[in-house]
Amino acid sequence: MHTPTAPVTENATLAEPAPVAVPVAAVPANTKAPALTATADFEVRERRLKSILTYQGTAHDLNERSKCLSLKTARRPFQQCSDCSQMCAETLTYCIKGAAVVVHSPIGCCSEASPSNVSINVVARSRGIGEHQTVRAVCTNIQERDTIYGASGKLRGAITLAFKRYAPTAIFVQSSCAAGIIGDDIESVTDEMAATLGIPVVPIFCEGFKSRMWSSGFDAVFHGVLRKVVRPPRTTQEDLVNIFNFLGSDSFTPLLAKLGLRANYLLPLADIETIASMSEAACTAHICETLATYVAQGLERSYGVPEVKAPSPFGIAWTDLWLRAVARHTGKSDIVESVIDAEHERIAPRLAVLRHELAGKKVYIFAGDSYAHSLTNMAIDLGLKPVGIATLHHDQKVDGDFEELNTLGTLVADRGDIDNFTVCNKQPYQMIKILRRLDPDLLIVRHQGLTIMGAKLGIPTILEGDVNVSAGYEGVLKIGERLVQVLRTRKLLRTIADRVEWPYTDRWLEKQGDIFVKEAF
Amino acid sequence: MEAQPVPGAVSAIKNATGKMPLGILSEPRFSCALGAQQTVLAIPKGIPIIHAGPGCSSKAFSFVAGGAGFQGDGYAGGSNVPSSNMTEHDVVFGGEGKLHSLVEAALEVMKGDLFVILAGCTSGIIGDDVRKVARSFAEAGHPVVGIESSGFRGNNYFGHELVLEGIIDQLLPDTVLQLKPFVVNVFASVPYQDAFWRSDLEGLKRLLEQLGLTVNILFGAGSCGIAEWRGLPDAQANIVVSPWVGLSAARKLRERFGTPFLHCPVFPVGARATSEFLRTVADFVGVDTSVLDAVIAHEEKRYYDYFISLANFIVDMHNNIPHEAHIVADSHYGLGLADFLVNDLGFDLKSLLLVDDPSLAVRKSVEQVASGLGQGVADALEFLADGYAAQECLKARIGEAGSAAIFGSTWETDLAKGTNSLLIHVSLPINDDVIVTRGYFGYDGGLRLMEDIYAGIFRKGRISYMTLLQ
Repeated sequence: MHTPTAPVTENATLAEPAPVAVPVAAVPANTKAPALTATADFEVRERRLKSILTYQGTAHDLNERSKCLSLKTARRPFQQCSDCSQMCAETLTYCIKGAAVVVHSPIGCCSEASPSNVSINVVARSRGIGEHQTVRAVCTNIQERDTIYGASGKLRGAITLAFKRYAPTAIFVQSSCAAGIIGDDIESVTDEMAATLGIPVVPIFCEGFKSRMWSSGFDAVFHGVLRKVVRPPRTTQEDLVNIFNFLGSDSFTPLLAKLGLRANYLLPLADIETIASMSEAACTAHICETLATYVAQGLERSYGVPEVKAPSPFGIAWTDLWLRAVARHTGKSDIVESVIDAEHERIAPRLAVLRHELAGKKVYIFAGDSYAHSLTNMAIDLGLKPVGIATLHHDQKVDGDFEELNTLGTLVADRGDIDNFTVCNKQPYQMIKILRRLDPDLLIVRHQGLTIMGAKLGIPTILEGDVNVSAGYEGVLKIGERLVQVLRTRKLLRTIADRVEWPYTDRWLEKQGDIFVKEAF
Repeated sequence: MEAQPVPGAVSAIKNATGKMPLGILSEPRFSCALGAQQTVLAIPKGIPIIHAGPGCSSKAFSFVAGGAGFQGDGYAGGSNVPSSNMTEHDVVFGGEGKLHSLVEAALEVMKGDLFVILAGCTSGIIGDDVRKVARSFAEAGHPVVGIESSGFRGNNYFGHELVLEGIIDQLLPDTVLQLKPFVVNVFASVPYQDAFWRSDLEGLKRLLEQLGLTVNILFGAGSCGIAEWRGLPDAQANIVVSPWVGLSAARKLRERFGTPFLHCPVFPVGARATSEFLRTVADFVGVDTSVLDAVIAHEEKRYYDYFISLANFIVDMHNNIPHEAHIVADSHYGLGLADFLVNDLGFDLKSLLLVDDPSLAVRKSVEQVASGLGQGVADALEFLADGYAAQECLKARIGEAGSAAIFGSTWETDLAKGTNSLLIHVSLPINDDVIVTRGYFGYDGGLRLMEDIYAGIFRKGRISYMTLLQ
């Protein structure tokens, strides 16, 4: 059995911060780039960014303590199901245009293929891309005998089948807990198949057990993409801005067009050539620091594509900062101030109406890491009062250690401290107690599947499923309009809340303290 | 990319005819054994405790519950499911201790009547013994059961059977039987994986109650929960309404408690099959013929009144109604639908693609049952767990038809659109539809299916008997 050398213990003792892993780009064997010494391994978030899953306090305190990386994940004897890295890998790789995916796992890991297939059709329609493709996933469907004799042969078979069925331009191979523990040498198979087929065959080391931060799965994908797909720039596209995102609306095109720039959406919906040439963009930005600082730093260090050093453009002031930073990298500083002024003026009347309607309402934010800070920033723009925030994990530092990308620090500096700050990876048994205690008027949730807590408590709740739509100046208005709409239809949730039976004991629900069983019992 | 393949390699691969290693598939239509957490959640106040990787429970929920037409958390599903979220540390040092603390805490925090520990791949490969952990709680009087449901052991049909067997083995004590006449246990739908389980099981129970039986339906709103499960040994008979799932539980109950079981392999849809089903059950259990006849007479009168009220529409719109049927479903729904569509509604069955991946022995028995439903049904039958292969087969059989009805999943959406076929959702995954009380069991189920097929033709646009759209 494969035994990893550096286990993450439940109570990891604080070590010196390891140097940030520098992803080294490799290129297909046939190009003339020098051979690079990238390894398959990348550092998961708990080691690289000292990420944690538990915290209770205030935004200011969390930010201060994070500076010296002093926080650890508390032991939690009772926990509810989390998510895993492979889910994040699915999100990014299923929708790459022209590519296929081999999921090297038992069949249960391949379960998102159909919903992703629905989503890709919707986003293609939304972005006006007429043609669409089916999610092209092949699962090795690891069986009991494979766990004994190994499944490398099956992996080879599945890659071959994906190639025959879909004639893909690249094949992404997702690992899984089962594949990782039985110790299949995925990289040697993918290298061999890449040479045979003449297309990139990209291993993604997204085994669920490897990291307790499911967003390590994003890093796993980007690590693979940087090593096996991205090539050195052949030219520079000075008006092109890399935007790392999911399957959201096309809101960055109109925003960047005001500066005469183009959005290069990555990775979903991009084709392999677009991904290979992302080293040619003028700069790199993203919808969420949690998603893409790893790849942004990779591009900056390997190819000199600068990362936009400003918080992602959510909320008015942060959009100002972001546009100015983008303008600096693209030679647009001369026009950016007039764009900003015009936009402020344009949205002012509608913003005033929304502020009037939402003024003083208490809002609770449950998202991210970083995106929760972005949402809070927007909520304050709309006149809402944040009574608490929960982030699904917390990175105590960001890739590259740039203070401009520390959204929590920026939020505290801009808006002051925020009480009731929790870090919690879902855990409804805790979250419902917090929500009941704080009793917000509105709940904003980034994670599908957690909104139900709001519904069961009768709190008007919106799912921030499409993050792109909230970007820029227009985004602040859009999220405001969605909040107003959900307030108007709150009776539906009341009907639900009045009849809900919780699956928790009265003893737990009535217990003082809402955080950890270890402390509570 | 501009990389060039090794000369000859691509054509060699394209022309290869060798058999693929077993089990590789695209477009999945089932989850892994751990998907049986939904079986546990379908038991009123049943709480699964997952001993697996951090994403396993969420994934199973997403496919099996979300993918069943948005059937949500319910009482304790979704993010509420306790899980050990196994890490690298557990892989190296073992996770039994962690599981033990988790179960202990779950008994404090979660309000449940039955706790079922489900092992995932990580636990299975490193060799944690979840049955041992469960036993330590059971011995202290807690209703805790442990199941070795690692995803690599099989799919969630298999996982469902493991849960049934595990509960029978571990929850039920060897006591003196108090046999209760006219009490029956029913094993039918795989909850959630059969998207219509809620309606179908309630319907089954209601109908059998009309015969004067007391029915342990075991899952969903019609079940009394743990009391029914504890009462399993006392029933006069077990009734398995399914081609294969549930048989192992019935055999186990016969072995342990001597309870005889009746196997009805064809899921009854519509009056003919349902009346036949009632006659078989009544005969097996010893229900008075006069009671049986009265129930059937009453139900059939109502059913055929409704059926005949559709006759005007059926005849006037005959050329607009699809007459070729293509079914992509599991054996359970597949056989039931095929019987009704062919033998009651007169469809020409072109495809019966069964996607639940049963064992070779089961396949033989399913083929035999299909033959009994008519040569057309037997000829249409293929076992195709690979969704891509199923699509290819459908494409070939539908051809340019334009008059086909596909009974399948969300995977069939584009094909239905491309061939101007009607698509009725009957199998997972169903990601673009909402299912609450829909179901096709029994008398009402047959009528409901007719309604969905006939109303379905208007989803393509307006239709008039005065203009035949080509």
